Amino acid sequence: MTRGITLYLHIHQPWRVRQYSVFDTAHQHDYFAASDGTNRDNRAVFEKVADKSYRPMNDLLETLLERHPDFKVSLSITGVWLEQAEAWAPDIIAQLQRMVATGRVEIVAETYYHSLAFFYSQDEFTRQVQLHRDRIQELFGYQPTAFRNTELAYNDQLAQWADAAGYQTILAEGWDPVLEWRSPNYVYQPAGCDTTRLLLKNYRLSDDVAFRFGNRAWAEYPLDADKYNQWMEAAFAGDAPLVNLFMDYETFGEHQWEDTGIFSFFEHFVARWLASEENTFYTVTQAAQSSEPVGAISMPHTVTWADTERDLTAWLGNSMQHEAMRHLFALEDDVMRSGDLQLIGDWRRLSTSDHVYFMCTKWSNDGDVHAYFSPYDSPYDGFLYFMNALRDIRYRLMQHRSGGW
Amino acid sequence: MKLLMLGWELPPHNSGGLGVACYHMAKALSDNGVDIDFVLPYSAEHPASEWMRVHASTDVRPRQRAESTLAYTASVGELRKIQAQYIDYVAQLVEDSPPDVIHAHDWLTMEAGMRAKEVSDAPLIVHVHATEFDRSASDNGNPLIHDIEYNGLMMADRIFAVSGITKSIIVQKYGIPADKIEVVHNAVDVSSFVEHEYDRATYRYIEHLRDEGHLVVSVLTRLTVQKGLTHFVRAAARASERYDRMVFLIAGDGEQRDELIALSAELGIADKVYFTGFIRGKQWRDAYSLSDVFVMSSVSEPFGLTALEAAHHDTALIISKQSGVGEVLSHILRYDYWDIDRLADQLVGIATSPALQSSLRIGVHNEYARLSWHDVAQRCLSHYDNLRHGVPA
Repeated sequence: MTRGITLYLHIHQPWRVRQYSVFDTAHQHDYFAASDGTNRDNRAVFEKVADKSYRPMNDLLETLLERHPDFKVSLSITGVWLEQAEAWAPDIIAQLQRMVATGRVEIVAETYYHSLAFFYSQDEFTRQVQLHRDRIQELFGYQPTAFRNTELAYNDQLAQWADAAGYQTILAEGWDPVLEWRSPNYVYQPAGCDTTRLLLKNYRLSDDVAFRFGNRAWAEYPLDADKYNQWMEAAFAGDAPLVNLFMDYETFGEHQWEDTGIFSFFEHFVARWLASEENTFYTVTQAAQSSEPVGAISMPHTVTWADTERDLTAWLGNSMQHEAMRHLFALEDDVMRSGDLQLIGDWRRLSTSDHVYFMCTKWSNDGDVHAYFSPYDSPYDGFLYFMNALRDIRYRLMQHRSGGW
Repeated sequence: MKLLMLGWELPPHNSGGLGVACYHMAKALSDNGVDIDFVLPYSAEHPASEWMRVHASTDVRPRQRAESTLAYTASVGELRKIQAQYIDYVAQLVEDSPPDVIHAHDWLTMEAGMRAKEVSDAPLIVHVHATEFDRSASDNGNPLIHDIEYNGLMMADRIFAVSGITKSIIVQKYGIPADKIEVVHNAVDVSSFVEHEYDRATYRYIEHLRDEGHLVVSVLTRLTVQKGLTHFVRAAARASERYDRMVFLIAGDGEQRDELIALSAELGIADKVYFTGFIRGKQWRDAYSLSDVFVMSSVSEPFGLTALEAAHHDTALIISKQSGVGEVLSHILRYDYWDIDRLADQLVGIATSPALQSSLRIGVHNEYARLSWHDVAQRCLSHYDNLRHGVPA
């Protein structure tokens, strides 16, 4: 029996809001234009990550695709990432296009803006998914058949939406309280769906690479290809057909720096795994079709792939985050009616989930992760800049109404 | 008459109202012929103070000094070093050139004042702009500072308190006899307000809301617990429930900022509350001009000069009963700092009654300018004379 690993990598960079003050509102509309070389400077961040992660990892993936006919990978690439790559590193897009052309790279659908629109506005959610599909079609000549929501935020309703929209596959976290005695290493049927199948992240094996790999305090440090291969073997024991490794693309080179040995680890692991005849890699849609669902899974409450709670509290956990989203989506109808593409684009860029993530105030271990990723001095600063930008959006709407553009 | 005035800051190197008050008081005294030595704890140019002898008692630069003063509640270390040098300098100064009267401002200079009195035998006036009870907004201030204040108040020949509120704190908390304390309210120097052309563009978005009928309610202050701002934000939320067209400008910075941001989000009014961060100059002055209502929400405010500045800018004033400036104004609304229902009522009242709003504005505008530093100087002079000639006040 064939045993397959589903490697799925997520590629995203937000348009970070600059230190946008009360005094900028109604004057400057350049919310995303920090050019101070800080970690609010989108171009500086992008170029840094391009050199540390996107280029070297793309090189490695291309090599592996060339070297191993059974190697496959799935990618979700946000629209806001594509915008930035087109502006500052078009070579990376060209490289991705070459990879997709091999037929062994699947692109996963999602919202163009990496937003939480699903939880606020079905209309806007659908529009953002369509925008993403259009962009992927333009750039890669490709129609996705699998769907992932921002931050893997998943519930039964989402699965039913994907089912109705014709997706064959949907991705979610394989979270123990939901799975109970069940294993994430099988294909499942989402509750209430006819055709869409559900793949669940094996978070232990994923996080060994994504979070723990370079951690010298980890009992298993250092992790090499042989050891990881043994763990993988163990996961397949009892006839499990697949293991789903879902992680951020930036794991390679950015979250785990090159000097941790992450690239050569991965290169060796792929060779090690494919050395056995019955082993292979799947893209997500292949994986979902590789065997029949073993059962139905229901997640009435939203599950994400973040933090120890696996819920939305990193994005919608405190009142600042709720206020920010409430006021953002309150403007939706007016923004759409304006017909002003620049304004609509700016508003949508503010819907990117990272903005509320930067307002997170959970100061546990997870909070450290948040602080590491935040471009601001504090969540409160992030909130103020966001609200000032939102007021400016409203100001621009008022200008529209009064015709004084 | 030769006056030794002991201060901690003067414009343009001031971090707050103390420097402003000292400057105008000294200027008015100088205009009345008093010969003044003014000692500072730092070294810098004071181009506008050439009519008196300004002494730098240390070679610390003003910026460092401001930081160590701000830090005093946490760690007194750096500040104590500067104070020690200040005291030595003052001791030498009075030995070389003995004063007729010593006038020391706040606890920061009280030890130097006592030392100067010891060396020169001149009478000492301790002028209280704020006590440690005010600064800490509790009974649990820094015990060292409490000790210094107590000793200074005991040793002083006469105490000036900046308001009746401050006087009663001195009597109640330090047990000083009331008849040793004179209330000397601050005043306002209208000519010192930089004539400025209000620029509607500075707060363009809020001006836009104002044009659409929103009432702009402002606090301009340090965001510290002493200022009672959590009560203000709660009152803002309550008022917003009843009258939607209001926005709240919170101008300034301080350790309570994050708490206030979170609170306004929690109360669902984050979109109505505008945080400017630290501002000065034009943005500061424009904030007054933008405001329809200025609120002083302090839990404990010995005086509160900014209220007079707001009055100058044609603003209606709501002043907590715990703020001294309320003692010298009558065309204002007052409330207990904790009484959020009352403040909310007053805000809604002003928002819904143009007549109330304009009578408050006009009333206080006609009234504030009568508070003159010249009168303050006259009162100081009469107390100096009494002390020098041994006549009981």
